[in-house]
Amino acid sequence: MNIAEYSGVWVFIEVKDGKIVPVSLELLGAGKRLAEKRGVELSGILVGYGVKPLANTAFEYGADAVYVYDDPIFKLYRTETYMRAIIECTNRHKPEIILYGATSTGKDLASAAATDLATGLTADTTILDIDADTGLLQASRPAFGGNIMATILCKKHRPQMATVRPKIMKAMNPIPGRKGEIIEEKISIREEDVRTKVLEIVKSATKQVRIDEADIIVAGGKGLGDAKGFGLIHDFAETIGATVGASRDAVEAGWIEHHHQVGQTGVTVTPKIYFAIGISGAIQHLVGMQNSGLIIAINKDPDAPIFNSCHYGIVGDAFEIVPMLIEQFKRVLTAEEVKNA
Amino acid sequence: MLHVVACIKQVPDTKVAKLNPKTNTIDRASAPAILNPYDTHAVEEAVRLKKRYGGTVTVLTMGPPPAVKAIRRCVEIGADEGYMISDRAFAGADTLATSYALTKALHKISQIRPIDLIICGKMTIDGDTGQVGPGIARRLDIPPLTSVNKVVEIDKEGGSAVVHRKLEDGYEVVKSTLPCLLTVEKEINEVPYSPMPNLIKAARYQPTIWAVSDLEDVDRTQLGLKGSPTIVGSVWAPPKPQGGEILQGPVNSQVDQLMDILLQKKELFAVKGGAS
Amino acid sequence: MPDKFDVIVVGAGPAGISCAYHLAKSGVNVILIERGEYPGSKNVMGGVLYRKMMDDIIPGFYKEAPLERPIVEQRFMMLDKESALTFGYKGLEWAEEPYNNFTVLRAKFDQWFASKAEAEGALLINETVVLECIVEDGRVIGVRTDRPDGEIYADVVVLADGVNSLLAKQLGFHKEFKPNEVALATMEILKLDKAIIEDRFNLEPNQGCTIEIFGDATKGILGTGFLYTNKDTLSIGVGTLLSGLIKHKIKPYELLEYVKNHPMIKPYIKGSEPQEYLAHLIPEGGYHSMPKIVGNGVIVVGDAAQLVNAIHREGSNMAMTSGILAAETILLAKMTGDYSENMLDHYRMKLMDSFVGKDLKKYKDATHHFDKFPQYFEKYIPLMNQAASQMFTVDGSSKKEKQNKIWKDIGSAGEKMKIARDLVRAWRVMK
Ligand SMILES: Cc1cc2nc3c(=O)[nH]c(=O)nc-3n(C[C@H](O)[C@H](O)[C@H](O)COP(=O)(O)OP(=O)(O)OC[C@H]3O[C@@H](n4cnc5c(N)ncnc54)[C@H](O)[C@@H]3O)c2cc1C
Ligand SMILES: Cc1cc2nc3c(=O)[nH]c(=O)nc-3n(C[C@H](O)[C@H](O)[C@H](O)COP(=O)(O)OP(=O)(O)OC[C@H]3O[C@@H](n4cnc5c(N)ncnc54)[C@H](O)[C@@H]3O)c2cc1C
Ligand SMILES: Nc1ncnc2c1ncn2[C@@H]1O[C@H](COP(=O)(O)O)[C@@H](O)[C@H]1O
Repeated sequence: MNIAEYSGVWVFIEVKDGKIVPVSLELLGAGKRLAEKRGVELSGILVGYGVKPLANTAFEYGADAVYVYDDPIFKLYRTETYMRAIIECTNRHKPEIILYGATSTGKDLASAAATDLATGLTADTTILDIDADTGLLQASRPAFGGNIMATILCKKHRPQMATVRPKIMKAMNPIPGRKGEIIEEKISIREEDVRTKVLEIVKSATKQVRIDEADIIVAGGKGLGDAKGFGLIHDFAETIGATVGASRDAVEAGWIEHHHQVGQTGVTVTPKIYFAIGISGAIQHLVGMQNSGLIIAINKDPDAPIFNSCHYGIVGDAFEIVPMLIEQFKRVLTAEEVKNA
Repeated sequence: MLHVVACIKQVPDTKVAKLNPKTNTIDRASAPAILNPYDTHAVEEAVRLKKRYGGTVTVLTMGPPPAVKAIRRCVEIGADEGYMISDRAFAGADTLATSYALTKALHKISQIRPIDLIICGKMTIDGDTGQVGPGIARRLDIPPLTSVNKVVEIDKEGGSAVVHRKLEDGYEVVKSTLPCLLTVEKEINEVPYSPMPNLIKAARYQPTIWAVSDLEDVDRTQLGLKGSPTIVGSVWAPPKPQGGEILQGPVNSQVDQLMDILLQKKELFAVKGGAS
Repeated sequence: MPDKFDVIVVGAGPAGISCAYHLAKSGVNVILIERGEYPGSKNVMGGVLYRKMMDDIIPGFYKEAPLERPIVEQRFMMLDKESALTFGYKGLEWAEEPYNNFTVLRAKFDQWFASKAEAEGALLINETVVLECIVEDGRVIGVRTDRPDGEIYADVVVLADGVNSLLAKQLGFHKEFKPNEVALATMEILKLDKAIIEDRFNLEPNQGCTIEIFGDATKGILGTGFLYTNKDTLSIGVGTLLSGLIKHKIKPYELLEYVKNHPMIKPYIKGSEPQEYLAHLIPEGGYHSMPKIVGNGVIVVGDAAQLVNAIHREGSNMAMTSGILAAETILLAKMTGDYSENMLDHYRMKLMDSFVGKDLKKYKDATHHFDKFPQYFEKYIPLMNQAASQMFTVDGSSKKEKQNKIWKDIGSAGEKMKIARDLVRAWRVMK
């Protein structure tokens, strides 16, 4: 493989319900920064049916060129068909980097394509950088269940590929009317040769996650006073889409069922964010949650041991602070939905 | 009669794993080796399909000798046969080299008994990539169906499978030809408490172990570290609780400061109901 | 057809593993059932493993077993509120093979020991609770586990299920323990840098020290505390008779917190981080509480048979010896095909003949004695501390004057008589 033949940064532009998904726009931003540092072009690769007009959005968000595969065969995502487009296009135009959103589609596609391209793929990247001279991509990601961060390099193979976690990279501010080059690509796949068919797509509300699988846990303890007070924990969790956890004392008081108990005699959890509200931080509780990504403690006793084991603490009354948090989140999250709509 | 092969891996239990602060590596002694949680569901699904359609469940792993334990756990769940490929030459494999080695073993297994279906876990909890399953499917040139949370039907005579693939906001129903490869979500099934006879069988079970020389047509340059395009450049510890920063100022401003910190992780909150 | 084995051993602690190891090594088809995730996962032991008994089972085991540190120094600390009287013995002959004893972490050690039994052919089944013995015509013929299709059968069932042996209770071998027959121990494993440990305890690299703590560690309740050095952790704990806790209305972990914060102890553990918290019962009734330990088709070993020397904090060694003796008896029974109580009673006789029986007899009154006369802990240790303080404080008064003062402080003549009596009594139960 002659590495020098490969040039340019690509972003796989994922389309859902006729729109570019947010992570692809974020990656155009991230890709732009890499491309500029390296002094090369940023291109999008857009696959679907009736998607060509979306190339203009990609230009507004930073793409200099977009390779477009617009064909009925691509109406619904299938690994087999999309992968063929990526592989053919890559072999023809030889980019040095391809970024994909770490969505179920992006991961599926990138894994399959990387195998055929016999190149390296870094999963779930959260930090991207590049060596301007060598063009070596430094893709960093949490590994071992978030216990460590690792920087992954792919020195001898091209393209260097990575899937990138949504909502981490920053999209550029779009420049309305910004133009770029559309490169239309053709592919010949016959429907009868495709071995998978999508029979139906069913949209549904996601169901309640289990406490040890939750990304965010709002846990309450004895400090909530009574069952009614504990309702505050439920309200907060509801607002931010979190799962409810509890200390043993809260469970024993009968405010919540045992399977919500965190700790030595409960469940061990490692969410990305853990709120400990009105929990003193006894060792038996700590052993169950101390490996969480970000621990926030709210307790009115400044000497509560929980403050030695949290990342951020607020000393104060939960009944004053949590309602304020609920208010703020309601504002932020609804604003977010409006923006997405 | 179906022949289902589940690919499984033994992993350190990263929930209890501790970081060695000097080397920034996982202190293996601190983390018991377990069967990758997603893979328990892969094996369970294979066992359920066997109960439904009749047939055989085989498990396959690549790993060091102690990984025999993980195979035994699969036998407890109900697997019939276990194969392990174990060789120094496999060491240091990334997902590309892993799928290559596993594919060679799958070829050999299919000569013993043709394979109808391969099931992998959605991902491992040490590598966290989810790339090995699709990689195997590509190498075998069979369709990969990732994020499966329900198997609707396997029709061996008709040569087709119908499954649900989980999407961010629901699921899709996909029909594929057989053989194909599924990677499964945890929610696909509950793994029940294994019956005593399975445990006794498992405790006595000796899997078949193959070295590289037992496999056919192997290009050694595609194995292990040599065959891995990616390398780990550096590792570092993510910031740990330092004995908490206590926010200061009036309550209002403390809440504002906290919001600033939390909104750096905004992506987590936007997805209502939790994980994707 | 459910599986049939020669022997079922319930509980993979030192007693059960020793028994299964010996049987498997002799070619017996033995199954070892453990409720924990793995042997040792649920086990608590402050952590002194006596070399001798283990060496008898696996000679030279210390060359490969996961041990923490060989113990070269044993210290004893009599605590008062703000003082401590310490004495000890350090012997460098203990730093060399074959060593005297070791600190161990049971989670590692039991797992290793069980793997040895497995290598000899014992079948280890984890995460499985034995619910009850299956009894037919007055004979134990197998066990029922909590697994689906969970019955298994055997010629002999060995109960090595630890202090609270529900299975022996179910067979009517013993009643519910009285609160003055069991101690509740709570302990924590504290993470601390290796070098700091060695520095703080005045140890050469990889040597260990144990401190037994009396007196104020238990707020005057009958019991002891301990602080042991592991590789890069410390084990700290307190054990007190259940009756004492009940009487003083103290929660066990409160006691542990108290010890950890005691001004004489705190400096030892400064800067360490709690890693694990464990609580466990220790049978301390000794000889008087020994239950029935053999029946038709069944043998009880280790803590389940109440084989603990409360005074010297020995248990695992007795557990091992009893496990081996049970195995030897079973081998004998196997030759004759007779598994009746009569036959198995050999085990009881051998046990009573061994150091286990002899030690239990020797100390048979100790715990009861100290329990009945709380003044040892409530009063004499503080007194000794005061005396020591008087003696060692240099304030210009002569040693003779000091002795007089100490003597006066002790109290009236009647009080002095009482102390003398108590000391004689203590001597009698311990000697
Ligand atoms: C063998 C054993 C096993 C155990 N296992 C577990 C386990 O698995 N999980 C577990 O959690 N515990 C366990 N425990 C119990 C543990 O020791 C503690 O008792 C328990 O965690 C304390 O719960 P808590 O923090 O809710 O209550 P508390 O310790 O009573 O703390 C309440 C806290 O709330 C604060 N507070 C009060 N009012 C307010 C307010 N208005 N606003 C803000 N803060 C307020 C107080 O300052 C205090 O710090 C175990 C104990 C033992 C002995
Ligand atoms: C804090 C503390 C400090 C100690 N310090 C020392 C010391 O320094 N030195 C020393 O020699 N001794 C010490 N001892 C005593 C020693 O730990 C015990 O005497 C020894 O562990 C007894 O061994 P065992 O095999 O009889 O029981 P255990 O070690 O208790 O093993 C019993 C096993 O049976 C399993 N089990 C129980 N019920 C069932 C069931 N129904 N089904 C399946 N499995 C079951 C349990 O999970 C457990 O693994 C200490 C004890 C404590 C609590
Ligand atoms: N060494 C291995 N041996 C067998 N199967 C594996 C191995 N590594 C990964 N797998 C399979 O591939 C899935 C995804 O793994 P990963 O790509 O490492 O996240 C796992 O859930 C397993 O089913």
